[in-house]
Amino acid sequence: MMDKSIKELHELLINNKVSSDDLVKEALAKSHTLQEKCNAFVTILDDAKGVSVNDNLLSGIPYGIKDNYSTKGILTTGSSNTLKDYVPFFTATAVKNLEKCGAVPVNKTALDEFGMGGTGTTCHTGNVLNPWNQKRMCGGSSSGSACAVSAGVYPYALGSDTGDSIRKPAAYCGIVGYKPTYGMISRYGLFPFASSLDHCGVLTRRVEDAAIVVDAMKGKDKKDLTSFDSSNIHLLDSLDGNVSGKKLFYIKEIVDFANYPNIDDTLKKHLDNYFKTLDNLKSLGVTIDSVSIDKTLLQAIPSVYVCLSCAEATSNMSNLTGIIFGPRGKGDNVMEIIKDHRTKGFSTLIKRRFVIGSYILQKENQEKYFVNAQRVRRLIVDKMKELFKEYDGLILPVGTGPAPYIDGSVDHVNNSDTSILEEHLQIGNFGGFPSITIPNGFVDNLPVGINITGNCYDDANILNIAYALEGTMNYKGQIAKEGTNE
Amino acid sequence: MSNYKAVIGLEMHCELKSNSKVFSPAKNGYSEIPNFNISEIDMAFPGILPSVNKESVRSAIMASLVLNCKVPEYMYFDRKNYYYPDLPKGYQITQMHDPVGTNGKILIDMDGYTKEVLIHDIHLEEDSASLDHYIDASLIDYNRAGVPLLELVTEPCFNNAEEAVAFLEYMRLVYKYLGISDADTKMGQIRCDVNVSIMDYDAKELGTKVEIKNVNSFQNVKDAINYEIKRQSELKDEGRYSEVEQETRRFDEETLTTVRMRNKVDAIDYKYFVEPNIPKYKITNEWIEEIKKSIPMLPRERKQKYINEYGLSEYDTNIIIKNKEYADYFEECLNLGMDAKTSANYLIVNIIAYLNKFNMELKDFFLKPKYLKEIIDELIKGNISSKQAKEIFNKALDENKEPKEFISKENSQISDVNELNNIIDTILNNNQSQIELYKNGRSNIFDYFVGQVMKETRGKANPTIVKEILNDKLKN
Repeated sequence: MMDKSIKELHELLINNKVSSDDLVKEALAKSHTLQEKCNAFVTILDDAKGVSVNDNLLSGIPYGIKDNYSTKGILTTGSSNTLKDYVPFFTATAVKNLEKCGAVPVNKTALDEFGMGGTGTTCHTGNVLNPWNQKRMCGGSSSGSACAVSAGVYPYALGSDTGDSIRKPAAYCGIVGYKPTYGMISRYGLFPFASSLDHCGVLTRRVEDAAIVVDAMKGKDKKDLTSFDSSNIHLLDSLDGNVSGKKLFYIKEIVDFANYPNIDDTLKKHLDNYFKTLDNLKSLGVTIDSVSIDKTLLQAIPSVYVCLSCAEATSNMSNLTGIIFGPRGKGDNVMEIIKDHRTKGFSTLIKRRFVIGSYILQKENQEKYFVNAQRVRRLIVDKMKELFKEYDGLILPVGTGPAPYIDGSVDHVNNSDTSILEEHLQIGNFGGFPSITIPNGFVDNLPVGINITGNCYDDANILNIAYALEGTMNYKGQIAKEGTNE
Repeated sequence: MSNYKAVIGLEMHCELKSNSKVFSPAKNGYSEIPNFNISEIDMAFPGILPSVNKESVRSAIMASLVLNCKVPEYMYFDRKNYYYPDLPKGYQITQMHDPVGTNGKILIDMDGYTKEVLIHDIHLEEDSASLDHYIDASLIDYNRAGVPLLELVTEPCFNNAEEAVAFLEYMRLVYKYLGISDADTKMGQIRCDVNVSIMDYDAKELGTKVEIKNVNSFQNVKDAINYEIKRQSELKDEGRYSEVEQETRRFDEETLTTVRMRNKVDAIDYKYFVEPNIPKYKITNEWIEEIKKSIPMLPRERKQKYINEYGLSEYDTNIIIKNKEYADYFEECLNLGMDAKTSANYLIVNIIAYLNKFNMELKDFFLKPKYLKEIIDELIKGNISSKQAKEIFNKALDENKEPKEFISKENSQISDVNELNNIIDTILNNNQSQIELYKNGRSNIFDYFVGQVMKETRGKANPTIVKEILNDKLKN
């Protein structure tokens, strides 16, 4: 059942072909099976029960919640030892909005600690493994959500995205990952990583499902001053698949083969595959132009991201002291107690980022690193907005290929030839742009993704283009098939 | 007291009145019960976001305007990052880059001269939790966490403790007049940081600045400044001025001295950056104009008006302006057409004394100006004596009834000349022998006649008129 779309499940539910309880039981059973194989969850909500079904498309249907959304009465850890036993007493607005629709959460999914990471290997519950191939990672930080949706535990799971944390794992797991315009979904109750870059969003197997879920999650929230009124935006209703006359662009400096003189076989296949898919769009009447952007500006993207995200993260996570909540540290005075809590609680990766963030924010370094990073962010966003005047969106491949091996994984705060290709999704966070990844077939028998990013508030248009493109391929609704040869 | 010129700057933190806290919907109010007025936001549980209290922003803009500061085009906030157990988020939301007011000035009256105080800036921020320290533990009360706090920073423009304290007292009064704070030092609603340096009178550069943190009463501000001037001057006298370090000290109430907390090397880098969760908010000219209109006349302007226009003494004026309620009461009396001096006199001698006696506030006082007018009108017309006026005043207060209910025909003063003539004639006719004695020089018999009239009228005869009539009649 759980391989079906939200609309299909809804039809079955309202026609009494299946009960909400049946779906919940199936989702729970699948959760346990997947947990054994891939370690996707922090908590499986075994007490979850079906609900009475109403006209709302989401009512009675199970889903997963990334474990950095605060859920009242349900353990919420951020996949961190600093909150390993923390049970919140309030629920994130986005989850509340789904609650109102009658959606049924069945598990809390693992993530890179507090969303800081892109591998799914820094969760306090251990590595999350890719359901297509368990030697591979899911990517992150919405690792567990991507894993579970891909494995067919339920039709959708919530994610959050600060750099590419929804859109990259979606690609690695062969599913859809969508983060709407900044402020469309309230962040109240989402554990913060970098407030100016953090987005709520969703992982699904169909563009249509992403539209349905975000329609339900979104809305202005008086508890989040950065949220906006999107009552005029109806995502599901906007999906008509008619994209003739739309204009997209790609950035030459990112995808042109000329940029990669020492290209390896995988990357070559990945780019070939990408360009082949562009032809599908062209056949629908979409124009796709190659646009050139100053390479220096593009190369700055990963550094700008590191500067801003680490700086904000350092401050955002200063509430984790073990004084009010979290395990109390040991020490003779309060500063020692805080130090002990943080030293023991955080993974090495996070501590490294805190050091970077602190350094960047120091009085003597702020102008050089933090303020300059903000300036470059502005330049990049301005450049994109200028292009969005002419184009509906930017279309690029996700990453340099399929999911990397877990044992070879490194924290990708680093630099290399392919760094822009690897990190360009961060543009979507810099500008708060709506951005969606959909499956784009396979490279080396593993799924890869393609991403479309558009201008703020133009979510309906971007989703519709993704919807049309999805319709030209056979990956819609695909479930991870195990045992791909390697 | 010192051979050197003292240079003093102040930071004055004042808690603002509001329904809810500055960045959370929890109640802004004092509670005996710890951790009673709190929400998840005040305790920084993971996932919380601030929402800005517009009322507090309005109060801050009002204070900024009164201090003649420049109000920025956009309101936004900064994070001040540091670890301390009273700071649940690990950062304080405050204003550093673009405070709600900058470059202001305000005049205050000193004994014999007017002082212009220069304002560096004024900004809106959140208060921290309060800590109670015990021998082996400290307790945290989050009731205060997130209470709106207005921090006013002056330029180093004061030259002695008296000026500094006069400014603090005047600002406390101004905040009360604006209605934006109760400004109660006993409740810890005002806390000050003081910085003090000394220099030779002919020196061009300021001396080494020493900061004294968290001084919580005006008396302590005064003592701390004076102690610090003395300490620094003595070191300078002894040629040991280099021992005065740029450092942070605290005031010790027991010994009335200042004690070192940390020096400049240990100074905290607060790593300020713009709070990303609060978008810039445009302060429109319309809003500023609307706020300007709601600013009441301030104590210093009222003082000048009372003295110059209404002819009150400075002494009386000072009593009235000390409390905005008194000043408003007084002005309402004037609006009702009452005499300024009589109203002021009644306010000071009777009303304020009554309030003090019963420890009451004027807003709870029953005799509003319109009722007081009923009494004073009759007093001025001569219909009642001042003794009677006082009695009516008390009765009206005892019974919470309008004074006019006690100003009836029966107990009102008899000032009718014809009626008094008749009464006096009867008395004189019945006391012929006494008239003889009076005319033979026993002048004290006059008072006997007055007494007889009073006895006859049960004290209601207007004594002035009685005396006039008696004088006339006895001359013949």
